Amino acid sequence: MNWITARRRHPLMGYAVVFFALVAIGTLWAVLAPNADRAEARTQEAGATQQDLAAGQALFEQSCSSCHGIDGQGRNGMPSLQGVGAAAVDFQVSTGRMPSMNPDVQMPRKPPVFTEEQIDQLAAYVSTSFGGGPEIPASVDPDEDYARGDIELGQRVFMSNCAQCHNFVGQGGALTGGRFAPELTESTPEQIYEALISGPGAMPVFDDETLTPEEKLGIINYIVTVRAEPDSGGLFNLGRLGPSSEGLVAWTVGIGLIVAAAMWITARQREND
Amino acid sequence: MSQPTTPPKALGALGTYLDERFHGSSMLRTNMRKVFPNHWSFMLGEVALYSFIIVLLTGVFLTLWFRPSMLEVEYTGSYAPLQGVMMSEAYASALHISFDVRGGLLVRQIHHWAALIFVAAILMHMMRVFFTGAFRKPRELNWLIGATLLILAMVEGLLGYSLPDDLLSGVGIRLMQGVALAVPVIGSYAQMFLFDGEFPGEAIIPRLFTVHVLLLPGIMLALVGAHVLIVWIQKHTQYPGRGRTESNVVGTPMYPAFAVKAGAFFFFVFGFTALMASVFQINPIWLFGPYTPTSISAGSQPDFYIGFMEGSLRLFPQWEPLIFGHPLSLSTLIPALVIPGILFTALMLWPFLEAWITGDKRQHHTADRPRNAPTRTALGVTGITFYGVLLLAGANDLISEIFYIDLYLTTWIFRVSLIVGPIIAFIVTRRVCLGLQRRDRDELHHGYESGIVKQLPSGEFIEVHQPVGADAAVELRSKVASEPLEIRTGAVDENGVPDPRTRSPLGKLRGAASRWFTRDKVDFDEHDGGHGDGHAAVEEGAGSGRAAVSSGPSDKH
Repeated sequence: MNWITARRRHPLMGYAVVFFALVAIGTLWAVLAPNADRAEARTQEAGATQQDLAAGQALFEQSCSSCHGIDGQGRNGMPSLQGVGAAAVDFQVSTGRMPSMNPDVQMPRKPPVFTEEQIDQLAAYVSTSFGGGPEIPASVDPDEDYARGDIELGQRVFMSNCAQCHNFVGQGGALTGGRFAPELTESTPEQIYEALISGPGAMPVFDDETLTPEEKLGIINYIVTVRAEPDSGGLFNLGRLGPSSEGLVAWTVGIGLIVAAAMWITARQREND
Repeated sequence: MSQPTTPPKALGALGTYLDERFHGSSMLRTNMRKVFPNHWSFMLGEVALYSFIIVLLTGVFLTLWFRPSMLEVEYTGSYAPLQGVMMSEAYASALHISFDVRGGLLVRQIHHWAALIFVAAILMHMMRVFFTGAFRKPRELNWLIGATLLILAMVEGLLGYSLPDDLLSGVGIRLMQGVALAVPVIGSYAQMFLFDGEFPGEAIIPRLFTVHVLLLPGIMLALVGAHVLIVWIQKHTQYPGRGRTESNVVGTPMYPAFAVKAGAFFFFVFGFTALMASVFQINPIWLFGPYTPTSISAGSQPDFYIGFMEGSLRLFPQWEPLIFGHPLSLSTLIPALVIPGILFTALMLWPFLEAWITGDKRQHHTADRPRNAPTRTALGVTGITFYGVLLLAGANDLISEIFYIDLYLTTWIFRVSLIVGPIIAFIVTRRVCLGLQRRDRDELHHGYESGIVKQLPSGEFIEVHQPVGADAAVELRSKVASEPLEIRTGAVDENGVPDPRTRSPLGKLRGAASRWFTRDKVDFDEHDGGHGDGHAAVEEGAGSGRAAVSSGPSDKH
């Protein structure tokens, strides 16, 4: 006690307290914060057992049927799940868009509600009960294979097919009717592949005749490579949003600093007052 | 000042040698003593000048490596995601500057940030000149030069944005082509002339390059020279204050004090620009990819100074009537050429228009305080609001995406605000100006609120008002009486016969404009002080009051 009492009025004590508080909060956060990193392997509903289907049905009835209907036909303007297939289910649920508490014209990406196993069970149930849809070819495992995608091909195909909605750096963009093309900064290769073949929301379906699996892998490789690219231009990439955020920074930071300097330089000296 | 010192012998001999041949010393002596008034807002023009110098210097560096050619080449540089991609030589060399030239990216970023700051500083400088009425006689022509420089700077920036031939640049060039095509009758010929054939062709980048590095910088440099020279000849305006009149300038002499300040300020501007260039990434062209006419990206925006044109294009409805079987693209023509045309014409003509309205032919060397010209100030804010709404509308897709607002709803919000916003801005600004004038008048007559609260023997609390200082009083009194034209020009002679000039339609318009411009004046002299609120007289014994108040609680410490 004496040791603290003697030093608590030390000029540096305030800083020390703040420092220790920050360290404590940081440590606490690191311990308590939910670990969001999860490997997301590919749906393998082919090997789904009867138990999996039953579990999938239970999940479906509990979390999905209130909007999509017990029969998957959809109701009250909610979409039907007839023929959507496992890839669509995996995309919607693994990106946390489904199940949605608050259905809107478009759901934003959220942390997924279900575990990978549950998603697989759900996907297996939906595709066996309501009819299958587009699938990722058995020969392709996007999470593994994207790296062999031709990046030069991907760049070209991305710019001519994807950039008009998702922006050249995958920052997303606005669409009509309250919809938006989401940013691709967190999408896993598998999710991108699933989105390409299932065409969620306003996105068109890119089947294998529109874009070959090679072109899809190329796109994915380009997206993944470019978003991992360090920002060579400086610490802050300004959201990679282009001239709008640059203009904002020029006016606030740039003009702000320079005007402050001008005020300082021209400040009147006291004796002239 | 210090004692005159004898220069070193060698230097003195050199000086004498030069002086005997060029007779420079007397001219130098006068000009070295040139006085500049001190105020931060008088430095904004200098910010523009300095950032222009920075842009010129960094631009020269960039031309050493940039190749203005649309020849298709395969990229083999060190940015991996684009290796093997076919692109124009211009884009490849811009990538080369960014990744393979030592310091290239930094200089490119300084060039771009300095360009943004250049235009922003011009706008700030113009606002200062506008709101203080510094464009009035004798400075109208310099205002014209300045406005021309603003337009040239915007064009120059747009061309620079277009040169790297990345996907964002190309969209800008595509837009220019669209605007050229929208011009009636000559549109298609203008576009063929501009691009030497169909879009995109192979000529546009080399042509833009010549204009960007040679033609426009040359013209701008000449105009900047003329602009500064005219300021030098006409002397700088100053804010009203004690000892400052229409015929003197109070401030810092050119040499040594102002030269040191200005020199230091240059390094501040350069330093901050370099700091921004090293901390904030700007225009990462490698992320955008090469331009191909088949591609376009969401979120493609121009640099901020073109943003208002982008916004006006986005807001304007889809009107394309057929005239004798030919489509007239009003939805491009009006927002891209007519609206900016009106905006800039109004900006350039304003000094002459205001002089015509007020009939003011006097020389003005003292700056108006913005509140003392309420209509002008309100008009300025109106213009800024109009411009600002257009600028925001240019980024409506980003606003829609970031704030989850329906894209078409943002369009409608901006359309309505474009009409309503300026009107509200005008009314509010005018009222604020008049309110500030009334406060000035109160301060002048009753003193300022000292913050000292006194309890009277009757138990009543009053706040002690203290007379304003001598400097502040001069500032407060600086308001120039503004009267409608009839009074100033003596439109009615002694027999009550109106001047025939005021009876023509133009004369009537002028009279109406003049009355509108000078309406709602706050008269500083006509003040009877009859509020009956107990503070009609300025508190004279305030010094003792303060002592009495502060002595009380200080015992407790």
